[in-house]
Amino acid sequence: MIYLDNAATTMQKPQEVVDAVAAAMCSMGNAGRGAHAASLGASRTVYQTRERLADFFHAENPKQIVFTSNSTESLNIALKGVLEAGDHVITTMMEHNSVLRPLYELEEKGVELTIIKSNLQGTIDYEDFEKEVKDNTKLIVCTHGSNLTGNLVDIKRVGEIAKKHGLLFAVDASQTAGVFPIDVQEMQIDLLCFTGHKGLLGPQGTGGLYVREGLTVRPLKVGGSGVQTYNKKHPVEMPTALEAGTLNGHGIAGLDAAIEYLEKEGIDHIRAREQEFMWRFYNGVKDIPNVKIYGDFSGGERCAIVTLNIGDYDSSEVSDELLMTYGISTRAGGHCAPLMHEALGTVEQGAVRFSFSHYNTDEDIETAIRAIKELATEE
Amino acid sequence: MRKKELKLVVTFHTTADAMAMEKACKEKKAEGRLIPVPREISAGCGLAWCAPLECREALKEVMSSVGIQEEEMHECMV
Repeated sequence: MIYLDNAATTMQKPQEVVDAVAAAMCSMGNAGRGAHAASLGASRTVYQTRERLADFFHAENPKQIVFTSNSTESLNIALKGVLEAGDHVITTMMEHNSVLRPLYELEEKGVELTIIKSNLQGTIDYEDFEKEVKDNTKLIVCTHGSNLTGNLVDIKRVGEIAKKHGLLFAVDASQTAGVFPIDVQEMQIDLLCFTGHKGLLGPQGTGGLYVREGLTVRPLKVGGSGVQTYNKKHPVEMPTALEAGTLNGHGIAGLDAAIEYLEKEGIDHIRAREQEFMWRFYNGVKDIPNVKIYGDFSGGERCAIVTLNIGDYDSSEVSDELLMTYGISTRAGGHCAPLMHEALGTVEQGAVRFSFSHYNTDEDIETAIRAIKELATEE
Repeated sequence: MRKKELKLVVTFHTTADAMAMEKACKEKKAEGRLIPVPREISAGCGLAWCAPLECREALKEVMSSVGIQEEEMHECMV
């Protein structure tokens, strides 16, 4: 199988990650739930991973890193934890449903929502953020990279706009964490939502949320915390405030090994390899008649994603043919990005997404190019 | 049962603080170990740093150097 669906999840993980999860499953107690060796072992692993993530994203300290099960949970905590009825929030058409659906739910509860339009290439005009700021605007939330087109957002620039107007800034880093450098302080990010199973190369069911020191976020869940048992209220201290219930210790052990791997390999090196595959594929298919590619390929940095359609073919049909005839795994359909499809005019057809990993090979790319050539030109 | 001795017991707001304490003490070669919080200190569960009484100043130094805030610092029989 040629796996080109890395924007959904990176299927191939470093062996160190697999080994770390297996080792944890043979030895790990419940973190923060005891002082015996197995529990302390779990607590140490969890804390070590917190430290690694804090370093990785340049957080003030490890306590500002909260573990969640994925970006969706992080985004729900962040958005529902800071917005209240009467507040205004600005987002973009580039967003995934993990941003949009919590916002639509909040809209029903009295939060005012503005969605910045994208152009036909799937990019936004940064000046629109400023134009939409009102007296009651509290937050800007946007993706760092579109899961559909791979277009990047200059989050440092958006962070500057947010700070200029005294707004909070939340970033969905689902497609970029682990691949593109993210510095929450330099980029003036208040809430960074990330998942562990994509670019960070960790197990599914891991993810996290960075919360700027001093910012209080209302918890989505309360319950077991391992501390202050007889207090009727959940502890307010970070990170416990936002971490009710047993953590995914086994997964976190894998995430820890994954970040160690990224540090060892270097994300610049990993990104360069992914980019090379993406551009080679793009250049190999862009001039094929009947092939329409979506997104901005004008030369700037972008996620290692190429999304296309062939003629009027249903994207699901093309994706299925790629699998059955060539053994290539891609993603078709809507990709949980309804507004981006509206902007691109692909609501009906969907689109076929090719997303690359540094683990892909030259041969994978050549096969994918040949497949598109054959499918697009067959009678 | 082991004979109890009067010890210094530091409690924390979160498990993350307790883990930061363990790491900092190890790095700075300060004495002590993590224990379950004794019942007489707190009715809750959780971890505490237990060290000989004479370590009070050394522990305070470690904590302030790495920015760990204790919940409370007790002397009790453990």
